[in-house]
Amino acid sequence: MALQAVTVKTRRVTLLSGVSLSLAAGQVLAVIGANGAGKTSLLRTLTGELAATSGTLSVCGAAPTPRPTPRRARHLAVLPQLSLLNFPYTAEEVVNLGRTPHNSGIRVDRDIVAAALAAMDIEHLRGRLYPQLSGGEKQRVQLARVMAQVWRGADAEPRLLLLDEPTTALDLGHQHQLMAAIRRFAAQGVAVVMVVHDLNLAARYADRLLALHQGRALAAGTVPEVLTAAVIRQLFNVDVRVVKHPDTGKPEILGL
Amino acid sequence: MNIAQRRVLLLLAPTLPACFLLAVIVGAVTLPPAELAALLTGTGDPSGGASAQLIITQIRLPRALLAAIVGALLGVSGAAMQGLFRNPLADPSLLGVTAGAAAGAAVVIVLGGLAAAGLWALSLVSLGAFAGGMLAVGLVYRLATGATGTSVATMLLAGIAVTAVAGSLTSLLEFSADNAMLRRISLWRMGGLDGASYQRVTLAAAVGLIVLALLPRYSRALNALLLGESEARHLGIDVETVKNRLIVLVAAGVGVSVALAGTIAFVGLVVPHIMRLLAGPDHRYLLPASALAGAVLLLLADTLARVIIAPTELPVGLVTALLGAPFFISLLLRRHEYAMQ
Repeated sequence: MALQAVTVKTRRVTLLSGVSLSLAAGQVLAVIGANGAGKTSLLRTLTGELAATSGTLSVCGAAPTPRPTPRRARHLAVLPQLSLLNFPYTAEEVVNLGRTPHNSGIRVDRDIVAAALAAMDIEHLRGRLYPQLSGGEKQRVQLARVMAQVWRGADAEPRLLLLDEPTTALDLGHQHQLMAAIRRFAAQGVAVVMVVHDLNLAARYADRLLALHQGRALAAGTVPEVLTAAVIRQLFNVDVRVVKHPDTGKPEILGL
Repeated sequence: MNIAQRRVLLLLAPTLPACFLLAVIVGAVTLPPAELAALLTGTGDPSGGASAQLIITQIRLPRALLAAIVGALLGVSGAAMQGLFRNPLADPSLLGVTAGAAAGAAVVIVLGGLAAAGLWALSLVSLGAFAGGMLAVGLVYRLATGATGTSVATMLLAGIAVTAVAGSLTSLLEFSADNAMLRRISLWRMGGLDGASYQRVTLAAAVGLIVLALLPRYSRALNALLLGESEARHLGIDVETVKNRLIVLVAAGVGVSVALAGTIAFVGLVVPHIMRLLAGPDHRYLLPASALAGAVLLLLADTLARVIIAPTELPVGLVTALLGAPFFISLLLRRHEYAMQ
């Protein structure tokens, strides 16, 4: 996945301006920034929902187009911010919907769904009705669904997973569990782009960070390069101290 | 397909012919069993039971066929509509078809007058109903479609608006109608299959076959659509195209049903709902199950309508509404038990 100086404008506002980035398979990129900084716009540009006004971008070997196709869905899975599902699907059926763009057969799909449920540690929810689950359980089911969509390298390569605030509605324990699962999933050769609000979570689990400020890339690079007191001050207008986490050695932000 | 889904389909498959047989046998005129058996197996003496034969082949058989086709169309259209609107309580009439058809029928009855009589007048009313229904759907669709595609939320509201306009047009016509016309309009609105003939069955069967054959193609798309439109897009579904085709198919199915049988309430609403309660919302199962159960329900309701105060017939729409409304209310009251928000 690569972006070169991508700018997205609508009639009235500039959503992104001159953003460049690239990401290889197996890497996790966290996008940070204040509300309205263009994080979701960036994801929507990658999926083709927003068209770039200038610049070039290539996602999974092709320029994104607005018309969805099963072919693209085999390469690119997206977890939107909130999903409203009112129908009494079981958790397992929801995860199985991730296999919609594939024609890999019932047996393969069943194995992949079982593996995705196991990866998110929600095998016990398999037969439960989705609308009766708690917010955190729903989020984990949805994540298992998008994982199932790009589970196998045999179905499509390269694979890209976009996550818009995957840890909202989760408690502390499940936030870390979910991030660790995303990390492991990326290690199987999937590039992951996620919008994260919790900077310490981003610092701990991402390989690379992109700090967006008013549609521009304020800073991009490895975690220590981006997470500095100066950058955070510009992003959120707060004074913080950045220290080294005693165990992980990753930057940790104090004073949030 | 899982075990529960297969069980429901296997149960419905033999129930449909059984109900069909019942609808042909039972009626105001009770036929001697021996004569009936001979007639049904085709071994009877052709001269003996002339009137029985007439009743069966010319009245009950086309009527039962029409009931089965219309019921199947309403059931399957309701299931598709609820999936498209992502609302388990949506009804095919939300598109404005039913109210538009009623207005169309009223226009023909009042303005076309009673000049034309008999079968020809009946067909003319159907034609008016169909045209009115399609006009209403077209209007709803245009109102809900903008530069960014068709919004189902706007469509719901546009459907309400168009229904109101069509309703007031009907009322206006009723206001200026004489007693005979009034009676015809209100009877038409209650829905009935008493106008069944082989011409109507052929028409219904032609449209029914197309709709019933094409709708299941969109099962997987409908399944994905339940997650949300953008989620479905990310699963590779061309949502705009799917929406447009579904609306055309449902409009055609419901439009023909309403034109031929008047407004028959609750079949399109309650049948998919029950099928979903029995074995889940997967459309690969839900669409065929709703078609079968819709046919079964309308056959039973029509049989009931014919015998309950025989020899007078109740309008079948009245029967389905009387059966459906309490059932629907009980569903509403118990909605938390089966995870409906």
